[in-house]
Amino acid sequence: MSQHVLLRYRDVRADLRSLDNYVADGGYRTARRAVHEMKPEEVLQTVKDSNLRGRGGAGFPTGLKWSFLAKGTGKPTYLLCNADESEPGTFKDRDLMDHDPHQLLEGMIISAFAIGCHTAYIYIRGEFAFGADVLNKAIADCYAKGYLGQSVFGSAYSLDIHVHRGAGAYICGEETGLIESLEGKRANPRIKPPFPAVYGVFGCPTIVNNVETLACVRHIVERGAAWFKGIGPESGPGPKLYCVSGHVKRPGTYELPMGTPLMDLIFEHCGGMLPGRKLKAVIPGGSSVPILKADECDIAMDFDSVVKAGSMLGSAGIIVMDDSTDMVAALRRIAHFYHHESCGQCTPCREGTGWLEKLLIRLDEGLASEGDIATLDSVAKGMLGTTICVLSDAAAMPVRSFLQKFPEEFLAAATGRSRVVAADATAAA
Amino acid sequence: MAKVTINAKTIEVPDGTNLVRAAEMAGLEIPHYCYHPGLSIAGNCRMCLVDIRAMSTKQPNPLPKLQIGCNTTVQDGMVVESNNPRVIEARQGVLEFLLINHPIDCPICDQAGECKLQEYYMDYGRYHSRFALKEKVDKGKVIPVGPDIMLDQERCILCTRCVRFLEEFTRTFELGIKERGDHSELTLADGKQVDNPYATNIVDICPVGALTSREFRFQARVWYLDATPSICAGCATGCNIDVDLRHERIYRLKPRFNSEVNSFWMCDAGRRTWQRNHGEHRLIGSYVRGGSEFVESDPHEVVSRAADALKSHRRTAVLASAHATMEEGWLAKRIAALCGNGPCVVVSPASSEIPTDDKLISTDRFPNRAGLVALGFTEHTAPPEDVDSILMLRADVVAADEDRWGMFLEDMGETLVVADEIGKTMAYADHVLAAGSHFETDGTYVNRGGRLQLFRTAVAPPGRALAGWQLLAELLARLGGPRYESVDEIFAAMCTEIGLGSGRTHASVATSGVALADWKQGRAAAARSEGAGAQA
Repeated sequence: MSQHVLLRYRDVRADLRSLDNYVADGGYRTARRAVHEMKPEEVLQTVKDSNLRGRGGAGFPTGLKWSFLAKGTGKPTYLLCNADESEPGTFKDRDLMDHDPHQLLEGMIISAFAIGCHTAYIYIRGEFAFGADVLNKAIADCYAKGYLGQSVFGSAYSLDIHVHRGAGAYICGEETGLIESLEGKRANPRIKPPFPAVYGVFGCPTIVNNVETLACVRHIVERGAAWFKGIGPESGPGPKLYCVSGHVKRPGTYELPMGTPLMDLIFEHCGGMLPGRKLKAVIPGGSSVPILKADECDIAMDFDSVVKAGSMLGSAGIIVMDDSTDMVAALRRIAHFYHHESCGQCTPCREGTGWLEKLLIRLDEGLASEGDIATLDSVAKGMLGTTICVLSDAAAMPVRSFLQKFPEEFLAAATGRSRVVAADATAAA
Repeated sequence: MAKVTINAKTIEVPDGTNLVRAAEMAGLEIPHYCYHPGLSIAGNCRMCLVDIRAMSTKQPNPLPKLQIGCNTTVQDGMVVESNNPRVIEARQGVLEFLLINHPIDCPICDQAGECKLQEYYMDYGRYHSRFALKEKVDKGKVIPVGPDIMLDQERCILCTRCVRFLEEFTRTFELGIKERGDHSELTLADGKQVDNPYATNIVDICPVGALTSREFRFQARVWYLDATPSICAGCATGCNIDVDLRHERIYRLKPRFNSEVNSFWMCDAGRRTWQRNHGEHRLIGSYVRGGSEFVESDPHEVVSRAADALKSHRRTAVLASAHATMEEGWLAKRIAALCGNGPCVVVSPASSEIPTDDKLISTDRFPNRAGLVALGFTEHTAPPEDVDSILMLRADVVAADEDRWGMFLEDMGETLVVADEIGKTMAYADHVLAAGSHFETDGTYVNRGGRLQLFRTAVAPPGRALAGWQLLAELLARLGGPRYESVDEIFAAMCTEIGLGSGRTHASVATSGVALADWKQGRAAAARSEGAGAQA
């Protein structure tokens, strides 16, 4: 028997994109039971009891988020699945959608039922054309069977699910930017409050959940909150998809219990570092979180433990760097990304992301002075916590942590000395 | 009401007030760019960041992050610091960010002197640049975005005030933001021009020099300009304005806030009304007809001769344009009373080819119709009957309809024209008196909503012209009426006579004006309490 829950497609021989195969594997039993036998409050309570925390990056308790929904507004409630998956280093949601679309749809049916939603959207990253096709086919199959539509599984509950393809911007993954984009506007994040649970899609109460989060809901309701809570740390438990990329032998998506040690992930599951290379650093939660040096990597990969180590679990996009990595060049590449992706709305982010990249280009090309390092840190500091959304923080946090963890490399770049790069790696290159 | 403490100063403000406004009420300024009280909240400039030390009485805990004042509404017991080191550091940071890609071309920028970037830089700037000049982002300059407006994208700080105005007030959507990050640009929507009746308001609300008025740019440095509070005479709405002037020349009109009339805005047609004031058709001297020729004479001499001429006639009608001020209208009425009790008529048409809209524009292109009617003028466009002489007050009836009025005026024994512009009616005049325009006199108008509003003398009348009230007061005295030496005396007498209360002066008119109905009720209330006192 395999460990896989969310990545069950890897264990079964049949193609789970087929509705028949999915049902034969026990699929949609739980959604059917929920809409026929459970009350929405029971589902909500189960999710609350499970301590499920959002898998999109912030780790906010899902049940608590649902309970913030504005009630008695006379407006419809929307469920919005965030399938924009745009954080560099993250590729787990694509895996779920490409190979097991019905798992997500079942999770959405159950979740929508719990929050009294009759229209749900999947906002899928524009580049995920294949996943969008898979989801659209799966949704069409569900309508044909009566699993979606006017009478879900023959019950009095109705639900429509629409797939909306994004037009391509990192900021569309920010939940209010996502909402603006879904409404057909520029994906400028909204000022909060009001939060989406009060004023979301089309001004109506809206819950935005990540793909993996919604997939978890199916299994929580199927197997119970206690089962879920039994996997990993109780404060943020469950099966977790870790996306490992970079200088390891076997990069990929791994489903393991929440709290799996980072070193186990790298050296057991991923087969260790590339031949002859040593671990230098890890970005544990997607490119926006602070970097960890090799000697800081002896940690459990769950929300609270990674925070304790000075970084964040984020989207669990683990970027592994070996001793051939030039930290100035790596940071320059990250800064380029955030410069390119800032929506341009808030002053510190609009101007700061560009400034960071320009300073890093200067450093990387040997044109900077020592003073530029202090400026770089100061600019990043001014971008923290001063904007509408956290893209500004996402751009600033790596800069500050790279400077703090690898000061000698930046100093070398600024003073024209040769950069600190492993000798053998340089030879190999 | 909520009690809020800002920088150790506690004040009580209405629920729902945001912190920028609350600070203003406490006499403090929280610097801001994107926030404008007449628009929705965007929260993008990040200049108004403040430190919330206590959220409310119920939640006395400080917030970990700085919050924007524009989107934070007061709560009872809230404690805010807007000038502590943490806030000032953040503010300095935001200013530095705003300036790194700014062209800093203040010496050639029209906004200099009324630019919020300049002002806050002096208050909170870092004063030395850490940014390499050659790394600035280049954007478009001198882009005409409409017949009246020029855009400089490099100066733009992307606060979106203009975008929101065009979305929320005019609903014309001409401007938007394109591109992302530091390449974001304010730009025209495809195929559009900012060409709507309220377009130039976006120049006023632009906090920097990105949007400038093509009429005003390069005409004057704003620190040389003095502002006189006035009322737009372009239509019956009576938008409150400031007249910006220097050396007896008007350079521009800007809307002045009045929640009861025009909020923060005015229309572009009204904005252009000053141009006629310096136009070539201004009447600058007073004349007496000598045979077929006009002879320029001293205005007092012309008044004296006109008085004699009116005295020798049986009955004089006053034909007034609704451009006449309250004071002028009332004096003219007194004159008519001494000249055979002739009729007093407003001859201006009440509607025009410009339709009334749901905002500020009225089809009635005259500022004081309601006022003249309140004085007892009747509204007619036909010539009055049973009169042999005319006092024509600012009205050019012949220009409007020569067939109808030419014959009529030829039959008149005496036609006295009081006007600020040369007009066709003057061809039929016996005496012509040059009067100042409404920019050149103190006076009051009553707008279409029944609000009496005061305007002050912005510039002196041109040439030998005199304020209309001076000419008419002198004429009244010559005809045997009382002699009024000041416009305040006239205003007080007028208010007493038409039931607006006694002892009124121009100074007693609130800056936002006063509803005539309120003054009338105020008088009634005072009379009732006097009556009650007498009984007791």
